[in-house]
Amino acid sequence: MQDILDKLEEKRESARMGGGEARIKAQHAKGKLTARERIELLVDEGSFEEYDMFKEHRSIDFDMEKAKIAGDGVVIGSGTVNGRLIFVYSQDFTVFGGSLSETHAEKICKIMDMAMKNGAPVIGINDSGGARIQEGVAALAGYADVFQMNVLASGVVPQISLIMGPCAGGAVYSPAMTDFIFMVKDSSYMFVTGPDVVKTVTNEVVTQEELGGATTHTVKSSVADNAYENDLEAIKQTRRLIDFMPLNNKEKPPTRQTFDQQDREEQSLDTLIPDNPNKPYDMHELIRKTVDEGDFFEIQPSFAKNIVTGFGRVEGSTVGIVANQPMVLAGCLDNDASRKAARFVRYCDCFNIPIITFVDVPGFLPGTAQEYGGIIKHGAKLLFAYGEATVPKITVITRKAYGGAYDVMASKHLRGDLNFAWPTAEIAVMGAEGAVKIIFREEAKNEEKLAAKTQEYSDKFANPFVAARRGYIDDVIMPHATRRRISRGLRMLRNKDLKNPWKKHDNIPL
Amino acid sequence: MFNKILIANRGEIACRVIKTAHKMGIATVAVYSDADVDALHVRMAGEKVHIGGAPASESYLGIDNIIKAAKQTGADAIHPGYGFLSENPEFCKRLEKEGITFIGPGVKAISIMGDKISSKKLAEEAGVNTIPGHMEVIKDAEEAVKIASKIGYPVMLKASAGGGGKGMRVVYNDDEAREGFNSAVNEAKSSFGDDRVFAEKYIENPRHIEIQILGDKHGNVIYLAERECSIQRRHQKVIEEAPSSFLAMETRVNMGTQSVALSKAVDYNSAGTVEFIVDKDQNFYFLEMNTRLQVEHPVTELVTGVDLVEQMIRSAAGEPLNIKQEEVIVNGWAIEARVYAEDPLRGFLPSVGRVTNYIPPEEGDNIRIDSGIFEGSEISIYYDPMISKVISYGKDRDEAIDTLRLALDEYYIRGVGHNIAFLSDVLKAPRFRSGDISTKYIEEEYKDGFNGGTLSLEAWNILVAVAVTAHSCEVGRQSTISGRMNEDASSFSETWQVQIDGEVQSANFLMTGEGCNVITGGIVYNIETLWAPGNPVFSGTIDGEKISVEVEYLDDGYRLTYDGANEIIHVRSEREMQLAALMPVKEPADMSKYLQCPMPGLVVSINVAEADEVSTGQILCVIEAMKMENVLRAERDGRITKISAVAGDSLAVDEIIMEFE
Repeated sequence: MQDILDKLEEKRESARMGGGEARIKAQHAKGKLTARERIELLVDEGSFEEYDMFKEHRSIDFDMEKAKIAGDGVVIGSGTVNGRLIFVYSQDFTVFGGSLSETHAEKICKIMDMAMKNGAPVIGINDSGGARIQEGVAALAGYADVFQMNVLASGVVPQISLIMGPCAGGAVYSPAMTDFIFMVKDSSYMFVTGPDVVKTVTNEVVTQEELGGATTHTVKSSVADNAYENDLEAIKQTRRLIDFMPLNNKEKPPTRQTFDQQDREEQSLDTLIPDNPNKPYDMHELIRKTVDEGDFFEIQPSFAKNIVTGFGRVEGSTVGIVANQPMVLAGCLDNDASRKAARFVRYCDCFNIPIITFVDVPGFLPGTAQEYGGIIKHGAKLLFAYGEATVPKITVITRKAYGGAYDVMASKHLRGDLNFAWPTAEIAVMGAEGAVKIIFREEAKNEEKLAAKTQEYSDKFANPFVAARRGYIDDVIMPHATRRRISRGLRMLRNKDLKNPWKKHDNIPL
Repeated sequence: MFNKILIANRGEIACRVIKTAHKMGIATVAVYSDADVDALHVRMAGEKVHIGGAPASESYLGIDNIIKAAKQTGADAIHPGYGFLSENPEFCKRLEKEGITFIGPGVKAISIMGDKISSKKLAEEAGVNTIPGHMEVIKDAEEAVKIASKIGYPVMLKASAGGGGKGMRVVYNDDEAREGFNSAVNEAKSSFGDDRVFAEKYIENPRHIEIQILGDKHGNVIYLAERECSIQRRHQKVIEEAPSSFLAMETRVNMGTQSVALSKAVDYNSAGTVEFIVDKDQNFYFLEMNTRLQVEHPVTELVTGVDLVEQMIRSAAGEPLNIKQEEVIVNGWAIEARVYAEDPLRGFLPSVGRVTNYIPPEEGDNIRIDSGIFEGSEISIYYDPMISKVISYGKDRDEAIDTLRLALDEYYIRGVGHNIAFLSDVLKAPRFRSGDISTKYIEEEYKDGFNGGTLSLEAWNILVAVAVTAHSCEVGRQSTISGRMNEDASSFSETWQVQIDGEVQSANFLMTGEGCNVITGGIVYNIETLWAPGNPVFSGTIDGEKISVEVEYLDDGYRLTYDGANEIIHVRSEREMQLAALMPVKEPADMSKYLQCPMPGLVVSINVAEADEVSTGQILCVIEAMKMENVLRAERDGRITKISAVAGDSLAVDEIIMEFE
């Protein structure tokens, strides 16, 4: 009997070695951890339950039947992060370069299926050379099966992708369909076609890093959300992100102990808005002073910086924050900012996370680049996302809310639950100077009269009370009371019940 | 007594004066410029009057507007604070004419003391020691020898047009005097085209020690002991204390007596300061007299118990002094440190902007904070970038130093850079503690500038203990999340590995009846703290000693700031530490190829194009920050490969503007 038991342990030991010592060494030499080491860091110590450890590929072409390694290049299982259930798959680059075979794909699909059935997030750790070419179409089918699972799981359980090595060709489309992508600087890249093909087809000479490194995707393409220095840091931050997420779409976001006061007042916010309306200020300060303990997990911090998105907590419970950033492009909405924020808003709505919106927006960015780029449809995405969201929505207008951008930014008219304005808010079709030049064409020719009319317009409309009189603003609040008013609002909205009309799904202007 | 006082100043000193006025039941008026609409002194005063634009020349130096403000509000006296109009005889005269009392000395004292030559002459007449010298041109080398030996070596021979060390020679004997004279003359001729050379006694390792004076309008003048302000950086006082660790009682009395004599000679009737330099043999020489309240006056107040501002107000109102010389007793020790918005790692460049976070140390019996700002204030380019003064009190110097170091650790300032690490570094040095200081202290101790403080072994272990405690609290809190599968699951551990600066050491964490114990390096540290995750400052006690450590969360690890040093610290399980060791060490990128934005600002213009060859000194771009245009020039010849910014961009500090080949 003991022999049999020992044999199991032997088999396990051999499976845990993956591609063997030499390959593990090579993996480490590249500054990368192995699939199992990454899982060890991701889940609570001792919580990992591995499945399909002994699964092998079934390929018999090109002598593949002689090359079998238990697990087939991907480790799957469940574990806990701070005690909460998660599912994980982690590609093992030491085994066939992490290449995806039919059976490798089956394992990924299995874990995603378990995640959906049991309502817990899936974390996918990508480190793969691509399709197992020896298997041909079977590998392609495997990718498609994974894609299909990603689609079905989308909006059911949170899906997070960590790119920790190569992720090229068709493989990129699985992470692309997940909720968040984190990359590791200098050791990961993602592209549809690599530098060699690029050179052959277009004569462009480009390095892997330039084409699809962490910086490229977090700054230029916005394919990835955040980039980290190394595997360890990326995994640490993944654990931090998971703590903000509900486990699935039927749950409310988690709560945890906070040492911050619900009614904390921040006197310094009373001086946040500069006297000069054209002078920028950093919206991060308002965000940090509103959320618990100043703890803010920013999503896409390096892309479309004119809008800030990310997670925080109020009274220990997760909120999503969207905020115009006056420091960059005066905080106006452009194609990139609209897309970035729209996707974030939809994520929050999927997973019952209340949305706090801080507004200081002078309008949409004008110009041919924007129009040719489709600002009409991209702007509509954000409008659509806010309009369809049924989670609690609290909006605070700090300064400018001009024109169509006012409507878009979680206005009352898009079913905003609580719409607050600071006394410094200006809710109008446009700034006073522009407005006066249109309304008073004659007077505009005389500088004195123009100044008088501008003052008149400014006095009349450059304040929150015009909107407040109509009920578009529920209350004008003191800046220092922002956190208190928001946290009370969230308490009030805890049992909010709002449903959109039945539909198969909507048709957001993609 | 006055009914209402206008304070013709801003910042901490305006707040300081307002406090005493209110204590005395006197109403106050603040004046403010465009840049100070929301300033603390404006909020504290009973009334406020706007007096002009942000530059001081348009506001705080504008005599007309200030007088108008006083009349408009019915203020019957004006306190000028320090700086601005405080030593302006014209202002005094105007106030006299308008029937408004100036809270300060009379025109005579201000005028005479405001002039280097007349003040020195008067001091000599009043029997005050002045630096021996020969104020006439020396004809030749032989005369130089004669004069030098008369003055007494060492002697400094200096060119009349001299500056920056050029045309200056310190000589220690006759031979050197002969030689030094000739070389000084030659150097002066070639450098300045002016070969006139004078001689003056050279004071080695001088200390800056000053006497606080108090007078009234009835001819009484007393002195309130001394302050030592030897710790200076480029003639800017950094740390001041009272009393001096150096003066013999006899010297103190002599200095005080001479100061009183000098003050009486100009009918001094307010608070003032007579500055001396003192050599290693307790010889002291008059430098100048400041006819106003000094920045460092609080140290005198703490050791004498006298409110100098109150005394100034009473004297100005005509009351006789209510303290006699023999009643002045120096009790204990006080030290002041000036916290400035400046970056010690970047050559002490002022760091202006919004103070997004400001938590000063708690005031108490032994800590006084004089500040003119609050969280959310703006440090503007227009005025002195002082954030606050922190003054400690102790029964002796050691106690005062320790209290001040702790107070500096308690500060939490964000939004602008500050010099706290530098101040802490000065205060913790054994040489400072020994009292072996001079005005050359900073020059000697920081030859290559300040490059960040280092940790003593004791401080190292304290940081390990704090990091382990903080991390344990954080891990414990993370386990409070809802929706756990297994309520017992926890990453809470009793054994940790701690990494600082590449070194790894293990540490055990144990909760005890009173706080917790961290055992590291064979030593048990008992920690008691009310710190909770998310607090920016970890305050508590280690083995009964108070400590304060700034705790900042990083993506991986913590940054702890303590006692002038800051360190990135990782607290990990043994396994995590093994895996962390596999992570590549990434060298910080070589930034010499890049032009980085030196301060947050707006790109006004980019003056070069990609592929341009530029030469040293050529203008590359112009950045506007705080309404000031800053011209960035090429530091060496080179070719521009890439430009990443365009006019109109707003850039953060260190953001890349362009790259060179």
